[in-house]
Amino acid sequence: MADLYSTLRQPLIAGNKSLGEVTNDVSGVLERKTSPLWWRAFMASLLFLLIGAAAITYQVATGIGTWGLNRTVGWAFDITNFVFWIGIGHAGTLISAVLFLFRQRWRTSVNRAAEAMTIIAVMCAGLFPLIHMGRPWLAFWMFPYPNMRGSLWVNFRSPLVWDFFAISTYFTISLVFWYVGLLPDLATIRDRAKAGIRKKIFGLLSLGWNGSLRTWNRYEVLYLLLAGLATPLVVSVHTIVSWDFATAVIPGWHSTILPPYFVAGAIFSGMAMVLTLMIIARKVMGLEDYITLRHLDVMSKLIIVTGSIVGLAYATEFFIAMYSENPYETFLFKNRALGPFAWAYWTMVLCNVISPQLLWFKRIRRNVAWVFVLTILINVGMWFERFVIVVTSLHRDYLPSSWTYYTPTLIEVLTLLGSFGLFFTGFLLFCRFLPVIAMAEVKGVLSHGHRSVRSGSR
Amino acid sequence: MSQRYLLGTFEREEDIVGVVKKVRELNYKIVDVYTPYAVHGLERTAGFAPSRLPWVCFALGLFGALFKVWFEFWTTASDWAINVGGKPWNSLPAYVPITFEVMVLFAGLSTVFAFFWSSRLFPGKKPIMPDIRVTNDRFVLVLEQEDSTFDVAKVQRIFKRFNTVKVEERQEGGQG
Repeated sequence: MADLYSTLRQPLIAGNKSLGEVTNDVSGVLERKTSPLWWRAFMASLLFLLIGAAAITYQVATGIGTWGLNRTVGWAFDITNFVFWIGIGHAGTLISAVLFLFRQRWRTSVNRAAEAMTIIAVMCAGLFPLIHMGRPWLAFWMFPYPNMRGSLWVNFRSPLVWDFFAISTYFTISLVFWYVGLLPDLATIRDRAKAGIRKKIFGLLSLGWNGSLRTWNRYEVLYLLLAGLATPLVVSVHTIVSWDFATAVIPGWHSTILPPYFVAGAIFSGMAMVLTLMIIARKVMGLEDYITLRHLDVMSKLIIVTGSIVGLAYATEFFIAMYSENPYETFLFKNRALGPFAWAYWTMVLCNVISPQLLWFKRIRRNVAWVFVLTILINVGMWFERFVIVVTSLHRDYLPSSWTYYTPTLIEVLTLLGSFGLFFTGFLLFCRFLPVIAMAEVKGVLSHGHRSVRSGSR
Repeated sequence: MSQRYLLGTFEREEDIVGVVKKVRELNYKIVDVYTPYAVHGLERTAGFAPSRLPWVCFALGLFGALFKVWFEFWTTASDWAINVGGKPWNSLPAYVPITFEVMVLFAGLSTVFAFFWSSRLFPGKKPIMPDIRVTNDRFVLVLEQEDSTFDVAKVQRIFKRFNTVKVEERQEGGQG
């Protein structure tokens, strides 16, 4: 639809590229020799992954008594990490599905990488409940299969079972969505490759894609359907994660605000992580023409929107606690802000509410270094948000004699580092072996297709 | 009986959209169009029927949801009923989240498999394309020369008007 272009708008992709140039720029990275920078980053991530693997092996072999949990704080680091990683994943689906439905054409240069990030983040998240089971080799018991114990079925009334279904559906649909989106690009790489192993592998993966309009016709319908399914799915997933808490009777957890608050927080943290990764990727892979300052700018605006929702939710929680005059609720929130975990609470407020306000300024939104620092701060802040929700709600319960403090053990910290190792190892492998930019989608938003007046949009 | 095809190669979206519109007005039989990316609306211009994938999505989504409600009811209330906190056997509201997830899972996966099946995409399939560059930067229009009234020179002139870079005739099976 050529008439969608306006001569007043900036182009989405800089450098006035032709179709062939896009193919060369994006696939060229995969065909060249691996850069030393990539190797260094990969080795570092792999090291963290191995440390994490050692920590996990130790705690599975010894038992989860290796954690810093106690009788009062029965949920802490593990569930914090789980909610954190699931949240990171959500921005990928937002970019690939929700922004697709809203016809935000700038998403084409970031959606592939954001979806890859989603898949790896969900893998990192899945790791934690698996470890928490204590006997991860029996994880398949979560699945309602006919068994020799009766059949004893899973309890479909339990939010933890809902969580299992939500996460596994989310992972499956995200993976399929990502793969379908990859098909045309896999075919492009297949057709560029000379005979050899690369051609064989990409030939197998691209399923004989030939760019026929009949296939494209179905493909576009399929993409729309998957986007339509993924959009309510992503909302449902973090809603269900929040129900792990909200269906309990613990003050601070038992709250109807939790689902929207979790969903907004998830997209907020995920956006920050997408930006962190994109800023690194555009620099390392030389993709400045594709991931432009304008992309940083619009994603920063989404951060302001979701960050403001999160900030409002913090305030609302406090207001409702005070307004309710429920002594337990009131105590809990005072304890959050002024109690022994006040340092965690104020770190969270500083990182999530105060520092993102800088993004109101265009000069900062278009400054790569500033955006990078702010996104790191938001990542830290959002981790602390989950920590605050989980731990401060538990550590001072109804019986003052059982009040306590929680400190993570080294094993728990190493497991968290290990999950970052897994995340970056996965992401680096993706950058090395698959096209980071959705070529077939980017080609559709170039002004190259049009010869006439409309090419003035350059 | 051998079948003859005429292939026109183009470089830009605007040209392929224009030429498809033109040959369709003149009632030539479009076998297929090959493009490196999804050109929105081109399938309507070429007169291809809309995809029926939404029906698959709807039907299997509905099936998944109904199946899951039945399954949850059967397991929790009938096959081995367990009293959980005195909740009713058929805790329908508690079934909602998983029913939704299973509906999405069924709808999504079945639509993807239906897509692979209807587009004949499977691992190991040899791609059949008119030009290796259609996955890179070329657009190819394939017309069928239905009978002797097909005037190659005339069609070539039309292609020329839309800045064709290559016109080619191929025999049956030649589009591959």
